[in-house]
Amino acid sequence: MSLTNETIKARLIEKFGEQVSNFEEPYGMLTFEAPKEMNLKVMQFLFDDTELRFQFLTDLTAVHYPDKAARELAVVYHLHNLVDNVRIRFKVFTDINKPDIFTATQLYSSANWMERETYDFFGVNFVGHPNLKRILNVDEMDYFPLLKQYPLEDQTRIDKDDAMFGR
Amino acid sequence: MPRPVQFNIHPIPADTKDNISMVGAPEGHAGEGFFATKLSDVVGLARKNSIWPMPFATSCCGIEFMATMASHYDLARFGAERLGFSPRQCDLLMVMGTIAKKMGPIVKQVYLQMAEPRWVLAVGACASSGGIFDTYSVLQGIDQVVPVDVYVPGCPPRPEAILDGFMKIQDLVGQESLRRRNSDRYKTLLESYGIQ
Repeated sequence: MSLTNETIKARLIEKFGEQVSNFEEPYGMLTFEAPKEMNLKVMQFLFDDTELRFQFLTDLTAVHYPDKAARELAVVYHLHNLVDNVRIRFKVFTDINKPDIFTATQLYSSANWMERETYDFFGVNFVGHPNLKRILNVDEMDYFPLLKQYPLEDQTRIDKDDAMFGR
Repeated sequence: MPRPVQFNIHPIPADTKDNISMVGAPEGHAGEGFFATKLSDVVGLARKNSIWPMPFATSCCGIEFMATMASHYDLARFGAERLGFSPRQCDLLMVMGTIAKKMGPIVKQVYLQMAEPRWVLAVGACASSGGIFDTYSVLQGIDQVVPVDVYVPGCPPRPEAILDGFMKIQDLVGQESLRRRNSDRYKTLLESYGIQ
């Protein structure tokens, strides 16, 4: 019997009860949320459980929601069960003023560079990461460019007509 | 008995009249057995017809440059037969493509490794101004890190445009004063880029 979204959801609720919430299935992909302190416990359970076996981290990124007070930053994990070929999406939310999230590098080696990228663009502080520094942008950059308060365009230019460039 | 091999028994003379462009002699005084002209003209003539380009190709403009170098457009016709892949041997830095801010110091280092006299050609909208990439990660024109002699517009420019820019460089090279690189104005320009 193949692994279904209902089974995964039932196993998670059986283990964590009320703490896992906001189950959705956009385009058939199970998506849920947990408190940010729980992220490692949830992923360890998904990794170790003999039925679930989500042992591959395909993607890790963040989303900035400036309007959600005290939960502005969402860190999103995409997990893959390679045996049953099932994917799920797991989110934790954090306050932007204290963006501390436990690192997943001990569990998934692929989290190393992806957490550096997420730090680079969103400023999420992954607690316990072995080498948390910028990976794609220039080292001198002093802000996190994908946060919504920063405009996309380079603000150092003075030769472009602002009206023509939507500023 | 084997048939005798015959080939080129009616050789066709090469049609070279008006088909080969020759470089004309510079202005000067000619007489019987002598020709007098300015040293700078002779040096310029030699330099402009034997430029060694250093290609710095990062994206689609580099593909157009490959077409420019290939047989159809043939940059070799302008004396730039030999691309150098060591900046120390080259006269002309051709920057083609988007230069990210992280790449900026590398462009500058390649420029620093070139020996004087050196020229820079910015090919395409991205190298000239950042182009469509008006964003936090892209250098808004390489003239923020190195001085540029000629800008070629286009996104990407056609090989003809690159050739036109190259011929503009040739004009600059041919007419440059021999003392230009020692002038105060040139030193001020380099100092404004932090280059001694």
